[in-house]
Amino acid sequence: MKTMKASSQLWIHGLIILYLLFLIFPLVWVFASSLKSTQELYSGLPTLLPQHITFEHYRSVINGQQIFRSMWNSLIVGVVSTLLVVSIAVPSAYAMVRYRSPINNVILGWILLSQIFPVILVMIPLYVLLRYAGLTDSLNGLTLIYIVWSLPFVLWMMHGYVKSIPLELEEAAVMDGASRSQVIIKVLFPLLLPAIGASALFAFISAWNEFFFALVLMKSPALATLQVELARYTGMEGQSRTGPLAAASVIATIPSMLVFIMMRKWFTTGLVSGALKG
Amino acid sequence: MNQKKRSANKIYSKNELGQIQLLSPVIILVTVFSLVPLLRGIYLGFTDYRLGDAITFNGIDNYIQLFQDDFFWNSFRIGMVWTFIVTALQVGLGLGLALLLNTKVRFVSFYTILILIPWATPPIIRGILWRQMYEPNTGALNVLLTNAGIISAPVNWLSNFEYVIPAVIVAGVWGEISKAAIFLLAGLQTISADLYEASTIDGAGMWDQFRNITLPVLRPVLAAIISLTFMWNFNTFGIVWVLTQGGPGGMTRLPMLAAYEEGFKYGYIGYAAAIGNVMVIILSLMLFMYLRVQLRERNEA
Repeated sequence: MKTMKASSQLWIHGLIILYLLFLIFPLVWVFASSLKSTQELYSGLPTLLPQHITFEHYRSVINGQQIFRSMWNSLIVGVVSTLLVVSIAVPSAYAMVRYRSPINNVILGWILLSQIFPVILVMIPLYVLLRYAGLTDSLNGLTLIYIVWSLPFVLWMMHGYVKSIPLELEEAAVMDGASRSQVIIKVLFPLLLPAIGASALFAFISAWNEFFFALVLMKSPALATLQVELARYTGMEGQSRTGPLAAASVIATIPSMLVFIMMRKWFTTGLVSGALKG
Repeated sequence: MNQKKRSANKIYSKNELGQIQLLSPVIILVTVFSLVPLLRGIYLGFTDYRLGDAITFNGIDNYIQLFQDDFFWNSFRIGMVWTFIVTALQVGLGLGLALLLNTKVRFVSFYTILILIPWATPPIIRGILWRQMYEPNTGALNVLLTNAGIISAPVNWLSNFEYVIPAVIVAGVWGEISKAAIFLLAGLQTISADLYEASTIDGAGMWDQFRNITLPVLRPVLAAIISLTFMWNFNTFGIVWVLTQGGPGGMTRLPMLAAYEEGFKYGYIGYAAAIGNVMVIILSLMLFMYLRVQLRERNEA
């Protein structure tokens, strides 16, 4: 690789930049739109870069009740479901790795199998069930759904991480007279902390980005999540909202963008080694 | 391995009750909110259930009706077109990008960060971004094409029967290339550089190396990604919902949109569940055939 010719290096950069033009252009375009004034947006001759940078659309998004409230709803549902799903998944993953029993294979098999079923099949009876329980059109109901929905993947991730921790560490602590709960809290937990962080970020983002469940379950406008609220804006009011919609899109993308960038090491190493080890 | 197992038993005697205790939240949640609803959903596909009414089993009536229903056939036709083209473009372009990034030229980690961003964009926002790209009067695409002199009058990409499918596919592929590229890059990085060096000494060209080293090692990862993306693409909902809501005239009504309309717009729950059942059967058949071909090829190799 070191002996690669300068001309072929140039080719590779050129091709990557071609990809980037396609992948980044829509984002740049909308980010620029979010900074253009309303007159400029409808001037008929748009340019890529804004002529005068203005934050009016960001201001109107943050002051505008609806979008701000829907952001708050998404945040609450995301944080609560993440905390709960992680506190369920960590002890469960531990139990799956440290005890060998047929239940483990049933659970892992379920995680894979559940990928093939379209959400519509689960959603219909779930909707009926939640309606009985008075949990449709309620943030509690949505939180519950998100816990169940991200549980398989978080469990899968944690299972891989716990597996990678050598048993010898626990044995040593037991030799020193630690009880099992002490082993878990003092030995395992600190080692697992980065993994727990990664799984938590993942759970949060899947809740933050989710659309279908929220669309079906949340009927009152005051309870809409951010994704539902933004989708509604595109439907009804269309282009009169280009500016605020662009600003809201930028804001809505920032959390997952940060998470993806923080987790990129995990994507390129952890994911595949975990998948191959099974 | 065996030694490990024995020492594990030394610390914690094989206490299945303890395990079930720890696993009980998962078992309860999955059973109540996932397994039971799923089984019930499959069952509802064999009933004429409408929200609020009594549930009557009606055997395969739904499927006979589906078979004669143009609404359903159109939706599955476009579903297949969408799934095959998006998966092929996503994996093909993703593999190209992964190979480029794996050459370890300068700035690769900077490129990787930029490439992650479309994947990080939520599906609804992807729809909003592309609506603004396709917007007839102020959208980027028409502005670019007009400036380049390719079109003289603005084109309304998302309500034009000829352009709407390609337009929606481009938007769908856009957000998914990064995902395939990053997964495949991780697979490529497991291939040792020694293999390439040895074959270079033997005089192998780049294409030979790709065919004889890269592809065989990558095959399991590639098969996993193709199967997963195929399933995900077949079940797409959000981005198309924002772009076209299934229109114009149902041309982009993917199966999930059709099932959503039947179930939650018109209230034909039983019929919507039947569409879901057919989706599962079609997906399972396709995956089964695909994986069988994969296995046979691997055994022959």
